[in-house]
Amino acid sequence: MGNSTMTKALAAGALSLGLTAGAWADDLATGKMLVDTCAGCHGTNGNSVGPASPSISAMDPVVFVDSMIAFQEGDTYSTIMGRIAKGYTEEEFELMADYLHNQAFEPAQQEFDQAMVDEGAKLHDKYCEKCHIEGGKPVPDEEDYYILAGQWTPYLKYAMDDFREDRRMLPKKMSRKLDSMLEAKGEESLDALYAFYAAYTDFTSEGAGDDDED
Amino acid sequence: MTMNRRDFVKATGALAAVSAIGAPSIALGDGKKVVVVGGGTGGATAAKYIKMADEGIDVTIIEPNEHYYTCYMSNEVLGGHRTMDQIRQNYDGLKARGIKVVHEAATGIDADKKVVKTASGEFPYDRCVVSPGVAMLYDKIEGYSPEVADTKMPHAWKAGDQTKLLRSQLESMDDGGVVVIVSPPNPFRCPPGPYERASQIAWYLKENKPKSKVMILDSKQKFSKQGLFTQAWEKLYGFGTENALIEWLPGPDNTVVSVDSDAMSVTNDFGDEVKGAVINVIPPQSAGKIAIDAGLADDSGWCPVDKKTFESTIHKGIHVIGDASIATAMPKSGYSANSQGKVAAAAIIAMLNGDEPGVPAYVNTCYSILGKDYGISVAAVYRLSEDGSTIAGVEGSGGLTPSDAPDFALAREVQYAYSWYDNIVHDIFA
Repeated sequence: MGNSTMTKALAAGALSLGLTAGAWADDLATGKMLVDTCAGCHGTNGNSVGPASPSISAMDPVVFVDSMIAFQEGDTYSTIMGRIAKGYTEEEFELMADYLHNQAFEPAQQEFDQAMVDEGAKLHDKYCEKCHIEGGKPVPDEEDYYILAGQWTPYLKYAMDDFREDRRMLPKKMSRKLDSMLEAKGEESLDALYAFYAAYTDFTSEGAGDDDED
Repeated sequence: MTMNRRDFVKATGALAAVSAIGAPSIALGDGKKVVVVGGGTGGATAAKYIKMADEGIDVTIIEPNEHYYTCYMSNEVLGGHRTMDQIRQNYDGLKARGIKVVHEAATGIDADKKVVKTASGEFPYDRCVVSPGVAMLYDKIEGYSPEVADTKMPHAWKAGDQTKLLRSQLESMDDGGVVVIVSPPNPFRCPPGPYERASQIAWYLKENKPKSKVMILDSKQKFSKQGLFTQAWEKLYGFGTENALIEWLPGPDNTVVSVDSDAMSVTNDFGDEVKGAVINVIPPQSAGKIAIDAGLADDSGWCPVDKKTFESTIHKGIHVIGDASIATAMPKSGYSANSQGKVAAAAIIAMLNGDEPGVPAYVNTCYSILGKDYGISVAAVYRLSEDGSTIAGVEGSGGLTPSDAPDFALAREVQYAYSWYDNIVHDIFA
């Protein structure tokens, strides 16, 4: 963490200070107090130690709030998250999102198939990188990012199953990319992607996906 | 804009950010002392979260045991699906954070002098956390005693040597034996626990001693997650059939009033004597002994607290958390104790700084593993009522695994139960 992070943390903190001051009158807990209740399943400050429940630290705030509302409304299938999400207001989700956004992401330490990582990197670059930039890692300075790299593999598999079984809203673009990848490379391509995300390696896009039709 | 100390901590997001730019290690707590009695789930959580938020506060845990065996997942040990080592936690992580851990039993708490006493001396505090868990009320069952529990009829309701004893009894039992589980009246630690235990033991019997069975003698007429347990037992263990691996005999008739450890039998309120090859007696419970001795409990045997801060309503300056506290709708569970530890930690930091404690947030999440790839859960989000008198579940939220949950969901719940375990012990002890 360097000076710029400190400045950012101060700026974000000051922002939430303003929010909090106004919100306390309406009896809202702080983002930290709310997020502390998540730690038993999602890890201290949102960094899960696995084996399946996902890390939620460093998430894009808009993505976090949208995800929680989708759980609440059942648009995203869940075993338990929907039941819990129904206990909070959108304002509370925003406070949690702000706190989580400022937490340093700790990539999951897990086993993966090293032999498949390079293939996964190529597949990611061709089919996924256009939306999931920088190899699917957290990019807290950007907007609208979903963290795939460093996430627990069982969770990614559950989410992918849910996308494919119509239990989770599959964006049209993603649906097209997924279909063309599976058609060209088969089911094993997913395992290669999981290995690549689990490896959390250095990644530079070669622009392989840029000429794809959208 | 002037910031007070608490706002400064909030603004920086984390103390780590401060030390990273070379600021001296700040001692916001000014050496204020917090003494935590009991290094279990609630106490260890409170200690860690106080220290994480303000490393200037001097935090000491008084805990007799050098290792802590978690009660949660100890039923998996009984079923043979986890080892004792896999439920053993230690205090190295907390010590590395600068928390002092004194391996002695607290012998008393003087709320006026603000000291916790042990055999070796006194530990002064500015604020005290008491998290003693439960005490077993042996004298509610004739013939039952700590000695009987340690040698012949374990309760195994605090994980440790009795967990090992009960597991070895199950292993050495002949096929065809009856395993009796005596289930206690409300309120008690881990409401779904006796029924998860029955499931884990039935799972072991089904695979190893299929002519045996588990018989639950209950003081209650209904129990936690009952519909889901019954459904799973029917599906997995022949519940309700002639060859059932689990039988449930409800209260009040089946309340066990006496045990005979020589005859290996128990007698219920109706006068029936039931023999068991293995007998697991989970007795009625109260707040842990130190809380009773310190006068923190009321006539119910449990400790009344301010629901916003968990400060005792009997003795100011002492916060009672976990199983021992009266937390209205929150069950006596590990997740509740963890959640309460954080609420108390935040309140203590505010109070030490002379600030008004903030709005609390509480959650409970509890998994039970009933068979292979068969997990169920209950969850709740709570809020402080407007008048501050109760902790109540948010309407329309929480609840149970749906009864029509598909197989893949039940399998996921097992993986999430394991994630729950790994994350909560990391959150408490690392």
